[in-house]
Amino acid sequence: MKDLPEIGCSNTPVLKQRGQREVFCGLTGIIWLHRKMQDAFFLVVGSRTCAHLLQSAAGVMIFAQPRFGTAILEEKDLAGLADSQTEIDREVARLLARRPDIKQLFLVGSCPSEVIKLDLAKAAQRLSAQFAPHVRVLNYSGSGIETTFTQGEDGCLAAMVPVLPATQDAGLVLVGALPDVVEDQALALLADMGIENVTCLPARRAGEMPAVGPNTCFALVQPFLGDTLDALQKRGARHIPAPFPFGAEGTTLWLRAVADVYGVSDEVFARVTAAPRARAEKAIAAATETLGGKSVFFFPDSQLEIPLARFLTRECGMTAIEVGTPYLHRDLMASELALLAQGPVISEGQDVDLQLDRARAARADLTVCGLGLANPLEAEGLATKWAIELVFTPVHFYEQAGDLAGLFARPLRRRALLAPLAPVVEAAE
Amino acid sequence: MKLSLWTYEGPPHVGAMRVATAMKGLHYVLHAPQGDTYADLLFTMIERRDHRPPVSYTTFQARDLGADTATLFKTTAQDAVARFAPQAIIVGASCTAELIQDDPGGLAATLGLNIPVIPLDLPSYQRKEGFGTDETFLQIVRHLAKPCARSEAITANLIGPTALGFRHRDDITEVTRLLADMGIGVNVVAPMGATPSDITRMGAAHFNVLMYPEHAESAARWMQQNLGQPYTKCVPIGVGATRDFLAEVAGITGLPVRADTSRLRLPWWTRSVDSTYLTGKRVFVFGDGTHVAAAVRIAREEMGFTVAGIGCYNREMARPIRALAQSLGLEAVISDDYLDVEEAIAALQPELILGTQMERHIGKRLGIPCAVISAPVHVQDFPARYAPQMGWEGANVIFDTWVHPLVMGLEDHLLHMFRDDFEFHDAAGASHHGGQHSERAPEPETLVQAMPAGNDSNVIWLAPAEKELKKIPFFVRGKARRNTESYAAERGIAAISVETLYEAKAHYARG
Repeated sequence: MKDLPEIGCSNTPVLKQRGQREVFCGLTGIIWLHRKMQDAFFLVVGSRTCAHLLQSAAGVMIFAQPRFGTAILEEKDLAGLADSQTEIDREVARLLARRPDIKQLFLVGSCPSEVIKLDLAKAAQRLSAQFAPHVRVLNYSGSGIETTFTQGEDGCLAAMVPVLPATQDAGLVLVGALPDVVEDQALALLADMGIENVTCLPARRAGEMPAVGPNTCFALVQPFLGDTLDALQKRGARHIPAPFPFGAEGTTLWLRAVADVYGVSDEVFARVTAAPRARAEKAIAAATETLGGKSVFFFPDSQLEIPLARFLTRECGMTAIEVGTPYLHRDLMASELALLAQGPVISEGQDVDLQLDRARAARADLTVCGLGLANPLEAEGLATKWAIELVFTPVHFYEQAGDLAGLFARPLRRRALLAPLAPVVEAAE
Repeated sequence: MKLSLWTYEGPPHVGAMRVATAMKGLHYVLHAPQGDTYADLLFTMIERRDHRPPVSYTTFQARDLGADTATLFKTTAQDAVARFAPQAIIVGASCTAELIQDDPGGLAATLGLNIPVIPLDLPSYQRKEGFGTDETFLQIVRHLAKPCARSEAITANLIGPTALGFRHRDDITEVTRLLADMGIGVNVVAPMGATPSDITRMGAAHFNVLMYPEHAESAARWMQQNLGQPYTKCVPIGVGATRDFLAEVAGITGLPVRADTSRLRLPWWTRSVDSTYLTGKRVFVFGDGTHVAAAVRIAREEMGFTVAGIGCYNREMARPIRALAQSLGLEAVISDDYLDVEEAIAALQPELILGTQMERHIGKRLGIPCAVISAPVHVQDFPARYAPQMGWEGANVIFDTWVHPLVMGLEDHLLHMFRDDFEFHDAAGASHHGGQHSERAPEPETLVQAMPAGNDSNVIWLAPAEKELKKIPFFVRGKARRNTESYAAERGIAAISVETLYEAKAHYARG
């Protein structure tokens, strides 16, 4: 582990430009949230565009009936010919009759439902009363006018916090949706350190949601959960600030922060973490052969950019040219910015055309960007890593650190393999 | 409100994007909230395009709503024109911007841009993607195409191909060849590949080839009225339809039909004895109306299939598809709800589905093979190789594509002969598929009690009959089961025995 820098990018001025933002809206979070919460259904109240977005973002269609859908607003809803609340009641009743396995229903607001000021909180309250105790109905907004991509998960979890059961018992809650396999790894590490009563938000099933209260501590495993943080603090829970568990170093610092709260000795900490940490470092080293000395440019996507830039620069030997984030949460990013060595431009928000100009001028060895930009930039000769994979793939904690580095190394390795084709490759029309 | 799980069509502004992205030198300024830029990835990923779609989004946020979204639109339009220097722009709103009623067309008109500004009115809460493509292309043609002198040699415009179309890229090449064989040149292909300045000279063509009515029928009618250009009604997908198309072109131009069919293989391939097994295979056809109508004709006249059910998702084509269904003694499924389609397929138990990517997934669920014939598209529908649907080569491609998901002819016989052989067990599937098409939820191994029938009747299966049913190869088992049940139901047989199974088999035998 490198020495920790004093201030890193903590005081770096942030570049803010206002223009076209090439980002997903918060509805996209439904794609992983519905896989994580196996008895939840996400009902977007929105337009055909919302339905089309979800289907396109899901990339592949899911064979089974999906646990998400869109109640598409029609002309008569907008013209006031139909009472929207009655319409929602009808669609929800129909849906729940067909899906008796559903225990949690999220009414998800969209751009059109926000603009016409459709009161989904009222609908959720009424429906919760109607379908209690079998189904709990909550609402949050995933609209593009208010949220960017991963903020949808923040909205969802923040909506759940007020209805979590209350407790006076001490306990630790891990906050943020992780793939089950990664969550199990994290729980095992904490259990091996002797930390007890650890639960997760979101839990896999409605009946397993954590209880919170004044003796609850919580640690975020995702960097985009600002509203959830506030909501948990309102319930009296205590936040354990830490860098995020990406890479061997990030995982160690995250675990250390939690361990310190629970008085875990250095000896126990070292015993529990030594082996997985060594494995992670070994796996990262393999990818670092490809990544070392290379430069990286991040377009804003998921708010994971700053922690990932920290990982790539400190553990994989890369240099960052620009680190763009859709939204910079100063408090949550404090320790990450401190770890990130000075040098890169830190940008928040986006004017995509101006940022593309910078990316073309910089010609980084690797440009991390959304799917709308990746192929066009490849066609201009830039190597790219599509950002959405960083959100959909298990990348947290020790055992995935090598996979995370591998995600960045693969486009470069592939380019090298295909080098013999390079002079004749022309992107197809 | 209407609940939708998966959709066949996107919103109408995505249709406008398909037109804009297909063209060159045209830019689309779209009043839309942050997040609507997701649509870019449809083009850059599914179609592997090497350029961003020529679309500038205003990406307004909540804080802009209280302020001035109209100014935001104007700035976006000005910046887009300055940066991309298009020959013309189209302007419009997505669903959310439609609600805030900023009137992009009116705003753009005040900017004093020295290029044509074409406003689009695409009602997001009433219409869908197909309407968007058709209406956008109509507006572009209306604003830009002017009467002009006909070309000296006989030429045609090819109209309808868009971005994200099902094999549009290769259909253009094939139709160009068909016309060249008759000595007819191509004046303009549009929207695909055309610039706004190309649109202005569309009037030079002697007629229009309407390749895809879904995307260009309104423009074809407008040009007929205003530019005096007739347009072809026959879509050349399949051998018979291609012949009819050439005859139609001959009628319009007065030229004799000349066709080079030296590369056409479908007629011999389908007559070859290995294809005997295709006879009477029951197919279900679903997609956009144009591709469905074409596929039904090929299925019946060129493959020797039996069409068991048809339908389309685009309501604009409901009338012709209903009529076609009626002529076959069927009732069409006109729906954009995939659950309706799945229900129809499950009830009919066809041996092959000709559908969209949606039906391919339904087929996987039900264990029924599927070949894709229509949009909505998937990255798989953009093959690296030349793979048209239209013309002679299109017919060859269709033969291969439709036969591929089936268990091959000789293999079919072997399966019957060796049906208890371990290598031919059900889950093995077709040998060229690595064991796909096994049913997702296998039936229970042993039947403790009589199995209720799959339909609504009160017929039950006796254990020995159920066991016998399982000996029938899996890819015809669904049909055997359904036939036996209807046979029993019609005759008031309450319990199906082995005897009933074979009586039904004899009853439904198709010579």
